[in-house]
Amino acid sequence: MHVPDGFFDAPVSAAAGVAAAGAVALSLRGARRELSGGGGAAEPSSAVGGERTAPLAGLVAAFIFAVQMLNFPVAAGTSGHLLGGALAAILVGPFTGVLCVSVVLLMQGLLFADGGLTALGVNIVLMGVVTVVVAYGLLRGLLRVLPRSRGSVTAASFVAALVSVPASAIAFTGLYALGGTADVSLGKVFAAMASVHVLIGIGEAVITAATVGAVISVRPDLVHGARELASGPLKLRTVEVATPGGGAAGTAGGPAPAAATAESAAPAAAPAPAAPRSNRRMWLGGLLATVLCAGVVSFYASASPDGLEKVAADNGIDEKARDHDAAGSPLADYGFADIADARLSGGLAGTIGVGVTLAVGSGVFVAVRRRQPEDAPSGADTGGTTAGTARTGT
Amino acid sequence: MSTRHAGHAHKLYLHTHSPVHALPAHCKLAAVFAFVLLVVATPREAVWAFGLYALLLAAVAAAARVPYGHLLKRMLIEVPFVGFAVLMPFVAEGPYTELGGVPGLSGVSLSVSGLWSAWNILAKGTLGVAASVLLASTTELRELLLGLQKLRLPPLLVQIASFMVRYGDVIADEMRRMRVARLSRGFRATGVRQWGVLAKSAGALFIRSYERGERVHLAMVSRGYTGTMPVLDEAAATRAQWGGAAALPLAALAVCLLGWAL
Amino acid sequence: MTRTDSTGARSPQPADGPPPSLQVSGLAYAYPDGHQALFGVDLTVRRGERVALLGPNGAGKTTLVLHLNGILTAGAGSVSVAGLPLEPRNVAEIRRRVGIVFQDPDDQLFMPTVREDVAFGPATAGLRGEELASRVRHALEQVGMEEHADRPPHHLSFGQRRRVAVATVLAMRPEILVLDEPSSNLDPASRRELADILSTLDVTVLMVTHDLPYALQLCPRSVVLSGGVIAADGGTQQLLCDEGLMARHRLELPFGFDPGSVTVPGR
Repeated sequence: MHVPDGFFDAPVSAAAGVAAAGAVALSLRGARRELSGGGGAAEPSSAVGGERTAPLAGLVAAFIFAVQMLNFPVAAGTSGHLLGGALAAILVGPFTGVLCVSVVLLMQGLLFADGGLTALGVNIVLMGVVTVVVAYGLLRGLLRVLPRSRGSVTAASFVAALVSVPASAIAFTGLYALGGTADVSLGKVFAAMASVHVLIGIGEAVITAATVGAVISVRPDLVHGARELASGPLKLRTVEVATPGGGAAGTAGGPAPAAATAESAAPAAAPAPAAPRSNRRMWLGGLLATVLCAGVVSFYASASPDGLEKVAADNGIDEKARDHDAAGSPLADYGFADIADARLSGGLAGTIGVGVTLAVGSGVFVAVRRRQPEDAPSGADTGGTTAGTARTGT
Repeated sequence: MSTRHAGHAHKLYLHTHSPVHALPAHCKLAAVFAFVLLVVATPREAVWAFGLYALLLAAVAAAARVPYGHLLKRMLIEVPFVGFAVLMPFVAEGPYTELGGVPGLSGVSLSVSGLWSAWNILAKGTLGVAASVLLASTTELRELLLGLQKLRLPPLLVQIASFMVRYGDVIADEMRRMRVARLSRGFRATGVRQWGVLAKSAGALFIRSYERGERVHLAMVSRGYTGTMPVLDEAAATRAQWGGAAALPLAALAVCLLGWAL
Repeated sequence: MTRTDSTGARSPQPADGPPPSLQVSGLAYAYPDGHQALFGVDLTVRRGERVALLGPNGAGKTTLVLHLNGILTAGAGSVSVAGLPLEPRNVAEIRRRVGIVFQDPDDQLFMPTVREDVAFGPATAGLRGEELASRVRHALEQVGMEEHADRPPHHLSFGQRRRVAVATVLAMRPEILVLDEPSSNLDPASRRELADILSTLDVTVLMVTHDLPYALQLCPRSVVLSGGVIAADGGTQQLLCDEGLMARHRLELPFGFDPGSVTVPGR
């Protein structure tokens, strides 16, 4: 979806550039707050060295960059990849999300000539700001309504990502109305962009939700949208220090030091975050159903992006290096399929897409709501221990 | 990715010595940006102007000792948009023109304004890509980042970009190892049903990236980091260097003005 | 076993002379997710000592290390470095005094070139110009990496990166050098080279390791961290020879290695 130079006229490009600069400046400030909040393995003393923005946002940007190279096969040799705006927003918060996507776009423009330099503002607004704001806003809104559980976060991520992509397409259409250089009717652009992007949105949603689900099951504290952590009071253990060869209690064959350990504070049962196992099965079912639907529906869309990808491959584009935008390219999203198709089917694919999405989405929500009472209390020391192990390994 | 070395050189970078390579990165960045801006501002009807722009870039490529083959190959990034542009005449509005003279194509009608739009996108997009490729081919990554900082990009943003570049390879490498591990256990990604597994990989990759970010941060604060990077090399560009870099946008400015005047 | 007051320092404390390089007492900590890693650690390292910190996986070794320069803030207990207590207003100075070499050199080497990376610490402390350059040069000489100063870190071998990581910390002239698993992932030659370098350094060393022969070679004294507390403290050789103690804390020597028969260098 990287817009090249010359696609929008100068005033729109400049205005978008100003808007993007403003958004990035705002995000720089906001990200500092988001990332200093800790929740990770090591929360630095807030007094000194609380400045974690650069390394963390940098690494998340590198992650977004890398994950755009991770190809998700669709069918018949086509594959798609994550755009990552929604995912970044959900995992690290909206400000850091905008920042990371913007940096990725900047570097793609400078290093790979991917996306025009004068269109950088447009690209940041469309792919960074709009997707992130829409996704995060929806996520927060949904989480307010939904029961507090991991399942809800995953479901809300699904919807957030699903809507964020067509929202970006609509924003594109809006910019196009203001200053598109091509002389194509707004209706056609809108139909093409919206319908294709609903389909892409389904893919984005499934992958985003599954990824968020995977993170939440291991390190729930790392999901910005779901930081509900409890820490119990500290315990102290006292133990005889063994002096090897010196004949302290430990070595004399007395009770082993492990047994000699005494804990001096009542271990308050730490309320563990919920990890509903029964729910998981339901989720898998729901996801599988959605995935299948998406697979079927995407056949509609596959024809042309597929062809483009093949063209790119035939032209000998270095596969490895170009993976991140040749295969299932965000460029391909631009919907040639539908411009070509638009005459025949117009909004047909879009209608199907929206219908399927609504059906699946509401089905999932009904299911979640019904399950609600079971979610709340459930032991999940698995999350804790895994997190602990991961940490001590560092 | 595996062969690209962050911080030192990158995929597009072409290691030679030339006057263009020697220019400070911020001069080049400013020059390329001004050039592209002028190209975009040129009226699309001035077809000859775009030819002149192309000649200007060809001259820069020659001065930079960038082989045209390298340049053209790297410009393939643009292919999808060429497709878009080609479709334009078929869907655009306005008066249509008949392709009467071409055998086999008589009866196909093309939108006139669509043709102009296609040309506009194609010409400006291609020139923009070519200019960016030239910049990337003649500037080391590290220089590019320092250049951005000198052009008053917020230092924090430059830091984030440097970290992304420094750890891009590390993370891509982790991703590759996870892929090898998947393949070694007989996993084959054939369709949407494998998305769950791939998404788990993406999740694991995120956790690893974030935790590495935390560890890097620890290593930084352990050495006294409080939010700003020490700036060690403050080499300002000389007047001559600015002049050299300005040659391209100044020539482009002349072309652009002519384009509007004629 | 009876409960004892955990804040009572059991570690020997010298009556006079310089304050110990490192003094930890009653240190307890839980991660934000509730997982408690330290349960009251007491440890004193005197100036010039070389101490190995041993312990099974998950014993809290890395967590303890992160407390030594105030990256993690203790939930209970205290840390002081060369007499300076770890408090928010002292953190900057403590971080200069405690040089931590992390396990993964990729985490530690975040700058584009070796020279810039080694200069990072002293430069953030305000050093510039010739003073900074000579500091960097000296640190690189100490680890034998001076000819690689202008290379990017990821072009170096793993062993070289680890040595540069040591240099980045040495450049800050620390009171105590804390090494987290210094021998991990090194081939035998790099492992020996690093040992040679470490044994020539004239600083207090706390070395966190699983590599028991390495501990025996480099550190006269060892402490065992197990279950979030110090469970044993004594001469490395005696400790490694105490089979019961070793087994209880999941410490195992490499096959065929007899710590009793080794002549420990320097003693």
